[in-house]
Parts: sequence; C-alpha cells; structure tokens
Amino acid sequence: MCAAIEARERGAEVVILEHADRSMRGGNTRHTRNLRAMHSGPAHTLEGSYTGEEYWQDLLGVTGGHTDETLARLMIRRSEELPRWLHGKGVRFQPALTGTLSLARTNAFFLGGGKALLNAQYGTAEASGVRVSYNCEVKELHITRGRFGSASFLNHGVESEIAAKSVVLACGGFQANVDWMREIWGETADNFIVRGTPYNQGTVLKDLIGKGAVTTGDPAQCHAIAVDARAPKTDGGIVTRLDCVPFGIVVNRNGQRFYDEGEDFWPKRYAIWGRLIARQAEQIAYAILDSRVVDSFMPSLFPPLSADTIEQLASSLGIEAGALAGTIDQFNASVSSGSYNPEILDDCSAQDLEPPKSHWALPLDTPPFYAYPLRPGITFTYLGLKVDEHARVLFEGGKPSPNVFAAGEIMAGNIIGKGYCAGTGMTIGSVFGRLAGEHAASPREW
Amino acid sequence: MESLQQQSAVFEAQRVMNICNACRYCEGSCAVFPAMSLVRAFSDHEMHYLANLCHNCTACYHNCQYAPPHAFAVNVPVALTELRTETYEAYAWPGFLGALFRRNGLFVSLATALSLSIVLALSSMLVDPSVMFAEHSGPGSFYAVISHGVMVAVAGSTFGFSLLALSMGVRSFWRKAGPLTRARPMFSAFCGALKDMATLEYLGGGHREGCSPRDEGRSNQRRYFHQAAMWGFLLCFASTCVAAFYDYALGWVAPYPFLSLPVLLGTIGGIGLLVGPAGLFWLKLRSDRLAMPARHYGMDYAFLALLFVISLTGFLLLVLRETVAMGLMLAVHLGFVLALFLTLPYSKFVHAFYRFAALLRFNTEKPEQSRPVTVA
Repeated sequence: MCAAIEARERGAEVVILEHADRSMRGGNTRHTRNLRAMHSGPAHTLEGSYTGEEYWQDLLGVTGGHTDETLARLMIRRSEELPRWLHGKGVRFQPALTGTLSLARTNAFFLGGGKALLNAQYGTAEASGVRVSYNCEVKELHITRGRFGSASFLNHGVESEIAAKSVVLACGGFQANVDWMREIWGETADNFIVRGTPYNQGTVLKDLIGKGAVTTGDPAQCHAIAVDARAPKTDGGIVTRLDCVPFGIVVNRNGQRFYDEGEDFWPKRYAIWGRLIARQAEQIAYAILDSRVVDSFMPSLFPPLSADTIEQLASSLGIEAGALAGTIDQFNASVSSGSYNPEILDDCSAQDLEPPKSHWALPLDTPPFYAYPLRPGITFTYLGLKVDEHARVLFEGGKPSPNVFAAGEIMAGNIIGKGYCAGTGMTIGSVFGRLAGEHAASPREW
Repeated sequence: MESLQQQSAVFEAQRVMNICNACRYCEGSCAVFPAMSLVRAFSDHEMHYLANLCHNCTACYHNCQYAPPHAFAVNVPVALTELRTETYEAYAWPGFLGALFRRNGLFVSLATALSLSIVLALSSMLVDPSVMFAEHSGPGSFYAVISHGVMVAVAGSTFGFSLLALSMGVRSFWRKAGPLTRARPMFSAFCGALKDMATLEYLGGGHREGCSPRDEGRSNQRRYFHQAAMWGFLLCFASTCVAAFYDYALGWVAPYPFLSLPVLLGTIGGIGLLVGPAGLFWLKLRSDRLAMPARHYGMDYAFLALLFVISLTGFLLLVLRETVAMGLMLAVHLGFVLALFLTLPYSKFVHAFYRFAALLRFNTEKPEQSRPVTVA
C-alpha cells in the first residue's frame, strides 16, 4: 500500500492485484499492531528516544549478523519519518497496549491495529486514484533478462494478463503453502499452524526464483511461536498465542519436559518455542499450570483444560498419567525456595534437572491444574528476494532489475535473516514499499 | 427469570469480549476496551456494565481483523447493542414493564397515539369550544384552555413516576455490577464521567476525529448531531425549570415574552431538538447494517421522532399562541409531551442514565499506567 500511494503521488497509474477479497485484504498487515521506529526524542506515542545505533544493535542482536547492514541502516534511517508519514495517510496511533509496556519506547502502535491501518491506507490510495482489484491471484510474471513486461493472473478464477511499466511485489512469504512447507519439513508441516493470512502462498516468490532472481534468507527457516493447538489452521492471529510457558512447565506427549521454560524473559524467548515444539513427537506440547499461576499472563482465545488431579489432567490430554505425574513430582522436588518475582530474573529455580528451569519455578501443587495444548504457529518464512537500496530485485550476477521491485515480507529476509525484533516487519514493509513506489513510478535505465 | 434471549445475548457478548481481551488492539478506541482489560473472566453483570459503556460507535467493527466473514465473527457493536437492549429490559422497574422494550418502537408509537388521543378527547369534552378556539393573549392564556392545576398534576405525576422508575433501574444496575476493583475519589470520577458525557468523548473514535457510522471512514457527524439533541433536551428542561421558578417563586404566569429566559432557552433547545434527532435519524437510515443490529432501530426511531415532534409542535405553539389555533396546538403539544413523560423509563431515553452510570463506574475504576510486561 505504501508503494501504491507513493507511486500514485508521483503521477503513476497504479493497479493493485489483491489475491484476497476485501475483508482479507492487505496480507499479514491485518494482524500487526505496531512498527519499530527510531526517534531522537519523544515523538507521537513514542517515549524517550531510540537512536539509530541502538536500533541497529538490537537488529544485530536478534539476527546474529544475518542482516544486510546497508539495507538495515537505510531502513532505520527512514523509519524515523514513518509515523508522521502514515499519520498523513490517515493512520492513527495509540499508546502501547496493556501488556506491552516494554515496547512503549521503541514501537508505535496503530490505533485499532493493522486492519485499521490498512483501512486508512486503502482509503487514501483509492481516493487518490489507485485502482484495487480483489480476488486477483497473480500466477506468473513475464520477465526477460530481469525486465518485467506483464503478469498473468486469475481474476475470480478467470485468466487475465496485465502489462505495466513496472511492478512492485508485496505478496509475502510462502508459509501458507502446505506443499512447499512439506518439501522442507516433511510431514511435520501438516501440524503447523499458520498465524496469518492463508493467501501467503509464495507463488510469485517461487516464480521469480525460477526466473533467476537472487534469494536471501534460509529457505528452511521460519519464525514460529507457541500457539494454542486448538487454533484454526490459518488466520488465528494474535489471540491464539500463549504466554503461559514461563509460569509452569511444558511437556511433550510422553509427559517429558524438553526445554528450560524459565531461561529468560518471555519476550526474549517466545520465538524459539515454535521450533522447539516442532521437534517434538507429533509437533504437540502441553503447558501445565496450577491455579496459583493460571491468571498470570495475557488471556488467550481458548480457556485452558482443567482437572482436580494431575492424573485426570493427563488423561484428558492423552498423556500417560504416570509419566506426567512422575515429571511433576520430580520437578516439584527440585524446586528451590526463593522469592518468586515474574518482573525480574528471580531466584526460584529447579536446577538439578535436565533440562533445568532457571527462573520462576514454583511447585505445581495447587489444584485445580490446568493445561494449554501448544503447536508451532508460523508467523513468516525467511526466504526472500534479494533487493538493493532502491528496492530493486536482483537477478543473476547480482544485477538489479530495472523495473521489478519488492517490499514487505517477500524481501524481509534482507534485513531479518534470523530471529525477529517486534515491529520490524511493518517498518521493512513501509520503508521499502515507499522506496519501491518512488522508483517504480519513474522506471528508467539505471 | 432470565429469558433465553437474554442468556444468548450475554453468552455471545462474553464470547466476543474474551477474544477482544486476548487482542486489545482497540484499547485506545473507547472506554470499553480498557475496562475490559481489568477483568479476566466476565460475569453476566460485568457484561451488562461493558454493554452500557459501549456507545455503539462501530469503529472497532471496522478495525477488527476478526470481523465477519472471519470464522471468529467478532462484531462488538452488534453483540454489545443486543445485550444493552436486554439490560434495559432486565433492569426496568417495575420488572414486568421491562417487556415494553421488546417491541419498543410499537410501544412508543401506541403510547404516543394514546396520550395524544386522551389529551385531545379530554380537552374537547371538558373545554368549551368557544374557549378552545378563541384568541387568547396575556398571562394565563394557556391555562384558560388547560387548567394550571391539571397540567401540573399530570406532568408532575408522570414525570415523577418516570424519575422514580429510572432511578430504581439505575440503582439495581449499579449494585449488580458488583464491587469496584479499585476506586478513585468519587468527586473526580463524577467530574470525569460528566465530562465524558458532555463531550461525548467515546463517539470520537479515540482521536476525536469521529467514529465510523457508515464505513471505514471517520466522521464526527454522529457526535455533533447527538450533541445537538442532548444539549437541546437539557436546554428545554432548563427552560421548564426556569418557568416553574417564575411561576412559583416570582408569581410570573406563562406565556412569557419571546425574549424572556424560558422562551430563549426553549427556542435554542428546541432548535437542537429539531436538528439533532433529524440528523441522527438520517445517519441511522444510511448506517452500515452489518455493524448495527437493525432490529433495535424501532426503539431509536420512535424516540428520535418523538423528540422531533415535541420540538416542532412547541415551535408551532410559540408562533400560533396568539391565534385561534393556540388551544388546539397546546393540546397537541402537550399530548406529545405526555407521551414522552409516560414512556420515559421504557424508551431509548434510559440509555442516558445507564450510560452515565457506566461512565461513572469506568471513571472510578480507571486503570493506572502500571501494566504487566508480557510478549513482545
């Protein structure tokens, strides 16, 4: 949308081919809530200051160096003006939400969330003359030696073709493409839940890779968190995520623990739990809690399962009762007494266990007992198209295309090749969207 | 006993609020969402409170990634409006009259027809035609047609009963909402609620640019028209109070000159009551039916129309008060006013009282800025 608005403002005729219908327009942006922006002083809803250097260090930290410094620094620089620019397009902001105070300094929250942002942008774009066609699935781009000529698409299932001077690809990753996911993960992919839009099929991504576009990011990696196993296969969004892990223990279907639930603060650890669960049998795990801690975290879509005894709980989960009871007895026995405090890395731990629980370890002894079933919930895939600082897609030999641009999840791997830093996805999409739109409006011989 | 319909309205509202509580993207939109986030499990009475805190601005419907046709089918304005209407019935006093909220448009229309008929029938039977259709002027001219005593007795008893019924309803609403989770000083909470009501803060969409009555776009139209109606009503009420003071304390007898305080207040208020209800009626006709439950529109339309007609006949009376039509016009105007007084506790009017009580509760419990840290 940023690309469409920028290009239209520069006088280009713009048509958006949207795979989804109107209610699902805008891909995963519908499920977002904020963007990360640098600022030298309090700005809009952002508190304090967040320097470009600090932003860069945060990115470097989460990606472990899997990032393109030039592009990342460009994004950071241009993130500063984003809140103001978006405000001008009708987007409104609100203070950090309850439960996200840790982001109040770094992230600007959209009032009403991502769909509200999209509504504002679509409204602005359409008022300026951008044409939007829903239910149009792009199947193939016709590209000769890196130059775009036209695109084939299905319009409500009817084949059509459209020619244009340039094209901006903003069509996401491939996490909702079950076949592709299966190629990488095998049958385990069937047990993954896609947190966002079912329209991220990666059709254009695959097409471009086949036509010689250079890729970035590990094709076998994705960002995955723990979500409620009862969530719908796609589009469950924010309400299916579970923040209960540090407050109890997590077992697999054999009733065995498999990772330190209290290793670090949850915001620093939540993103590893998707992969941890993906490695367990049948890709399922269960968070076990007792009534002391069951209300300690953000509520989620489904209520927990409950039972008065561990044995009953185990049988309702389909876990062998003795195994779960054994795990819990062992855990309870090794919990050291300390002063429990979820706000700090406290000294309540269960150390002489494999794996240990390093913090917030309380014995599970106060019935009723509760359980949440967990599955890996995929947020996005890392594989993307390599771009340059003008958002141009690179083809064989690293040569940038004169008129193929990319923005958003389809090129996010340039910046975030590993891990994630809350709100960066929207910053990447907005900054590179604007760059792409700017250059796509006046394609030239570079 | 709770009807099946009430149960299902509560159940759906609880389902929706549970989803909202896990999302919270709308926290800055209005009072409902911050109030919601104070609670983890929603009792029926907490739901009644949230339902009455909702101004039905529909901004959250358009902002919601889970709105229909999504499988979660989250439609907060519809769920809370359905429940809100049920609460009007549930808290009505005396209880058996709560049923009047079920086909409220019909009830208010019939009650209006009835009171108009009664006033016209009585005045034509009891007032001599030579008096009814004569030109009157000067102090006491109204009372020549309908006696002062009758007017005060009828208005006083119906309005008094209405106030009693409204207070009883709000009292049980307040009590059943349960103990306050935290309490700010009553005075500052009261001022906060009064300010929220006076400015219609929560029809502002969180940024005072308005809500979304028709589509995703923002507009303050509804807020402004509602302001006109609300302040219009209050000015007319003030006009009546001043007139009563003139009559009883100063011995000045109506009608009063055009530039007198009661007539000025009534005129300005009356304009508000023409513009406001007409505008709200017009907006309602054009509103997005997916975001507002149309089956309750009868209640809204009836109340808006009644306010409009009262104001219109009031102006006609003002214009015609020195002609032969005054007697008839007075009877017609008072017929409509009687209908308002009679239906007051069983019409859309009650929303003002429950909304204020809900806002008072909200302002009393208002969350402080300390928030738990969870997932990034």
